[in-house]
Amino acid sequence: MTAYIIRRLLLAIVIIIIVTLIIFFVIRLLPGDPLIIYLGQQATQGSISMEELETLRIEYGLDKPIMIQYFNWMSDLFHGDLGQSIYYHENVGVLLWDRFPITLHLGIVSLIFSNIVGITLGVLAAIRRGTWVDIVVTILAYIGVTIPVFWLGILLIYTFGLRLGLLPIAGYTSPLEDFWLSTRQIVMPVLCLSIGGLATAARMMRSSMLETVSQDYIRTAWAKGLRERAVIFKHAMKNSLIPMITLIGIGVGLIFGGSVLIETVFAIPGVGRLMVTSLFAQDYVVIQSGTLVISMIIILVNLVVDISYGWLDPRIRYG
Amino acid sequence: MNLENATAIEGFEETAPRVSEWRRFWRVFLQRRIVIFGLVVLTLLVITAIFAEGLAPYNPYKGKMIDSLQQPSSTYLLGTDIQGRDTLSRLIFGARTALLVGFVTTIIAAVFGTILGMIAGFFSGILGMIIMRIMDALMGFPMLLLALILSAVLGGGIQNVIIALGVAMVPGYARVMNGLTLSLKENDYVLAERSMGANNWRTMLRHIFPNSLAPILVLITTQLGMVILAEASLSFLGIGIKPPGAAWGAMVNAGYKYLSTNPVLSFAPGLAIMLVVFAFQLVGDGLRDALDPRLRGLL
Amino acid sequence: MPSTPGSEAYYNVRKDKKMTELLKVNNLVTQFKTESGLVKAVDGVTYHIDQQEIVGLVGESGCGKSVSQLSVMQLIRAPGEIAAGEVIFEGDNLLKYHANGPEMRAVRGAKIAMIFQEPMTSLNPVLTIGQQMTEMLDLHLKMNREAARDRAVELLGMVGIPGAENRIDDYPHHFSGGMRQRVMIAMGLSCNPRMLIADEPTTALDVTTQAQLLELMKDMVEKFRTSLVIVTHNLGVVARYAQRIYVMYAGRIVETSTTKEIFANPCHPYTIGLLKSIPRLDEEEGRKLIPIDGLPPNLINMPPTCAFLPRCSFRVDRCTKEPWPPLAEVSPGHYVSCYANTKEK
Repeated sequence: MTAYIIRRLLLAIVIIIIVTLIIFFVIRLLPGDPLIIYLGQQATQGSISMEELETLRIEYGLDKPIMIQYFNWMSDLFHGDLGQSIYYHENVGVLLWDRFPITLHLGIVSLIFSNIVGITLGVLAAIRRGTWVDIVVTILAYIGVTIPVFWLGILLIYTFGLRLGLLPIAGYTSPLEDFWLSTRQIVMPVLCLSIGGLATAARMMRSSMLETVSQDYIRTAWAKGLRERAVIFKHAMKNSLIPMITLIGIGVGLIFGGSVLIETVFAIPGVGRLMVTSLFAQDYVVIQSGTLVISMIIILVNLVVDISYGWLDPRIRYG
Repeated sequence: MNLENATAIEGFEETAPRVSEWRRFWRVFLQRRIVIFGLVVLTLLVITAIFAEGLAPYNPYKGKMIDSLQQPSSTYLLGTDIQGRDTLSRLIFGARTALLVGFVTTIIAAVFGTILGMIAGFFSGILGMIIMRIMDALMGFPMLLLALILSAVLGGGIQNVIIALGVAMVPGYARVMNGLTLSLKENDYVLAERSMGANNWRTMLRHIFPNSLAPILVLITTQLGMVILAEASLSFLGIGIKPPGAAWGAMVNAGYKYLSTNPVLSFAPGLAIMLVVFAFQLVGDGLRDALDPRLRGLL
Repeated sequence: MPSTPGSEAYYNVRKDKKMTELLKVNNLVTQFKTESGLVKAVDGVTYHIDQQEIVGLVGESGCGKSVSQLSVMQLIRAPGEIAAGEVIFEGDNLLKYHANGPEMRAVRGAKIAMIFQEPMTSLNPVLTIGQQMTEMLDLHLKMNREAARDRAVELLGMVGIPGAENRIDDYPHHFSGGMRQRVMIAMGLSCNPRMLIADEPTTALDVTTQAQLLELMKDMVEKFRTSLVIVTHNLGVVARYAQRIYVMYAGRIVETSTTKEIFANPCHPYTIGLLKSIPRLDEEEGRKLIPIDGLPPNLINMPPTCAFLPRCSFRVDRCTKEPWPPLAEVSPGHYVSCYANTKEK
């Protein structure tokens, strides 16, 4: 088990390093003088003289060779300095700090919802294979994977917001301020965010169950005279659920990807929307740091998932 | 006394009558009506895309201001947008955009991805590891986010969207190809070929590649749908094709403002996206099951 | 028709042996619906098992021996189904009960237990041996945790697992194949069943382990006074331990008698062929091993004539014209399904 953990840890570190390299150099891909880009509006308006530009260049460390710049950037990060937003003129760290809880709130609720419902549906579809339950779940799974998430959002807004007037159509309130309003506001966004994960969970659980149920040890369980409930829940599910932990890793990726769209549709001031607005504002500092933070989270979550997988499977845990 | 092999003959069934692989493939592939449904939709899509000029009743890019925001009627089957452009015509031309972007992106990603994956799998060791770690790192990004960032960096035009999406899709192909290569590499006929002195490229081309064709084809079909979905998401956000260009995602976005009065503006293009992605998924899964159901876990 | 199993004369012969019948299977038919057709895996099988006896069920892969036993336990799933027949156990026809109903569940594990071929995959990898054993004791014998655990440890000791007290909390992957099969035997006998069915119990193990395991099973069933049905394709396995043997071919029983009689005096061409193809230590050097010609039959769309006909070197005219021969008594207690008189040669 320890060897397993160490291997996973090393792998994660390697991936993190590669990711930082990718992020750094991709931004450098931008045509033009990085300094100009850095300073954004000001520079292009010509309100800074050439001398001042040069001073700033040295100040920002942009006169050094590129690898040194990379290391400088990395060391800044280690000290918690994520840079200064070009557009907002604020510390990126602060910007993210304000927005992350919102995205996390939606994300975690979606994860829990999509996984619980998805896994349940997957089990049902597997043990009632071929019946209408199975068919419905399979169709739902297809829809969940193929539906444009932003379109679903708009459909829901139209039906529940405009036509039926049941739910608020945009905005976000912290649950600590007004729990009821907050909950009503997140119903539709969470549904949209969950649909993809739900479909994946149902599909994966279904095939995992079907595979488990065809194993010899399930036949042994039946031969022992156990009732269906015991065979399914005690013997089959324990085995099928172990791979499902990877759903959390997949889910986190889906959440961040989906939040970009959902937060735009529902006007939620989260990290996703920040990335989009920064893109149009050409605020590369925010994009760079934001992407970094998001990928760090994803990598770390996947690391924890990997290690948990090893812990849950007695064959790996006890060697 | 070893009586282990007391029976002289192990039981195995009489061989079934020989049916050509091709015929078996078509029989299984067309077995499910749902797959046929997918094929029909895709055929319609391709026809629409190719014959857009002939099929579209109006000019999708310019409309009459006087006909702005019409409801669906006999003149304008799906109504018009704020500029008076016919939604149906824009939908039809949007099919062309979707397919074009989908195909080009997928081909680029597939080519680069499979080559990288094959190299990584074949030459394993350090080179293979480096390539696959980079692929892992790329896969760690949510696809949309990656495409977003790359589009931001490269600029908004449609070519850059294609490149951005292409890069985002490459790791998927690389990973599958890597796995396939690694397992195929161990096959006896590959070892035999190499012991005869065949060089690496020859082995790769003649053995690894043809045997991977089927799974890659399945992947391409399912990924086509995903690319179209991603492109729609990007154009919804305003990246890539913008009005007056006809892209389904952008149309949904444009229609959002008028949701209360003209919901069709958003509904129609969204439905089109979903149908197309759905069809690709169905056909892709049907292809996979017809080619080799064992791929179910891998793909 | 001379005494066939089930007829009066048959019972008269056996009555004085003072054995009481435990299981009686009558005309069992189990079939599978496949893409290519209907497969009659078990096509009218009749046999009986008495108390405290060891019976061997021998035949090649695909002859229906495993399926017949799974049918007795009602463990057959779609696309398979039990189409006809009776399984009389302790006077009660088990087939009239629903496969997963409380009556069948009370029989499985508690009255009739079954162990399978693949010890490596027959135990649940995520539960400890102890958990898998105690759940049976809890279910059937209503033992509480402590008592169940103690009994489980005791059973493991009986089957020869050293340090049972500690090993009970281990997971299956900590045991070797032979050990796992011992655990299966312990589990099978844990609720004192009247009958234990062992489906190819030693096929997946090496020769030394095979011998040990068979010896263990014999000891255990004697101790527990359980009947044992050994299903195998290997005549050698049953030669030493079984009292009676049923030989199966293409879904039917083709010959049955005591073990001694079968080996000394095989009558059915298939049995003869089987015995001829085994190398034996006690024969002269240089005897050629004679395999049985031909391939096992395709069970879909079987002709009505004897299934062994294509491979039979004893065939007579009658074999091509009449349907599969019924079991006929050729000597007391020895039944064969054959038209030819194979002793003439």
